[in-house]
Amino acid sequence: MKVKVLVMPKAAVLDPQGNAVRDAMRHLGMPEVRNVRIGKYMEIEVDGENGELESRLHGLCRDLLSNPVIEDYELQKAEVPPGSGVADTGQKSEVRRQRSEGRGQRSQVQ
Amino acid sequence: MKFAVIQFPGSNCDQDCIAAINGIDGLRGEYVWHKQTSLDGFDAIILPGGFAYGDYLRCGAIARFSPIMQAVASDARAGKLVLGTCNGFQVLCEAGLLPGALVRNRSLRFVCDMVAARLEVDDSPFTHGCPKGSLLRLPVAHGEGCFFADAETLRELNDNRQVILRYADNRGCIVPEANPNGSVENIAGICNRERNIFGLMPHPDRASDARLGSADGAKIFLSMMQTISANSATSERAKQVA
Repeated sequence: MKVKVLVMPKAAVLDPQGNAVRDAMRHLGMPEVRNVRIGKYMEIEVDGENGELESRLHGLCRDLLSNPVIEDYELQKAEVPPGSGVADTGQKSEVRRQRSEGRGQRSQVQ
Repeated sequence: MKFAVIQFPGSNCDQDCIAAINGIDGLRGEYVWHKQTSLDGFDAIILPGGFAYGDYLRCGAIARFSPIMQAVASDARAGKLVLGTCNGFQVLCEAGLLPGALVRNRSLRFVCDMVAARLEVDDSPFTHGCPKGSLLRLPVAHGEGCFFADAETLRELNDNRQVILRYADNRGCIVPEANPNGSVENIAGICNRERNIFGLMPHPDRASDARLGSADGAKIFLSMMQTISANSATSERAKQVA
């Protein structure tokens, strides 16, 4: 299975990088740009496909791929059409959004 | 007395830490590679500055899963003193051993400067050698040192007196101009609720000798040594009484 993970800074967290890019876009002739927020996009290929794998992926999204103190993540499961042999077409994809509410959800180092 | 200095791939202040520790009579620093799994025999643990795992993904995000971090967490739970400076602070926050997180500087630049940090408490095991309100002159060098915590965490930090250091001007006033990175409430360093884990963005390791521009950083290592001596004297006495 192939999944896409999108990690974005929480609304309450200042994103100076996004602000700098917003200012640059305005400077380059697009004063209409109101806001820019910069996150991360990851493509992950996993052997196998089942709910258990997906729930483990969610665990890793919380523990490693994002920091719930400052970020939210979104895990998109891209379904590969049978026989296509290549990456997904983007037409059929299931979006599982996870809004992690601050602390407590992440497993601490034991 | 022996302090462990953890080396992650990408740590670059490990030697500064060793030099600062070895500069204090009665203290000896020893490197511990991050693949090690035990910190037995060490009296305290230092997580140095640098760019552990190249800061890939997020600062400290991958380092927190290094094998040694399990020993850091279990020894910290047992009460051992743990100090994280700069990248070490980021690792401690990522590991959940300290609350909050460190994000990109608000100033749009990497800051490399000498700052004044005001001591907010007088009973921290790491700084009891200095009175509350005194200023430590310490260098900072980071691109992602802006401390962030949500409102509830911030309230807890303040209520439990977990904020150890705030960026201040030379008169000791907490003003926005003295804040090098946009940290919420000028926070430069915090401890956990149990007070034995301390993380700060400034580098005490780079201010351990007057010839470096400041010797204030040495006060932190010295306070740690005194705390550990006092604790072991107390437990010795308790053993004798028992």
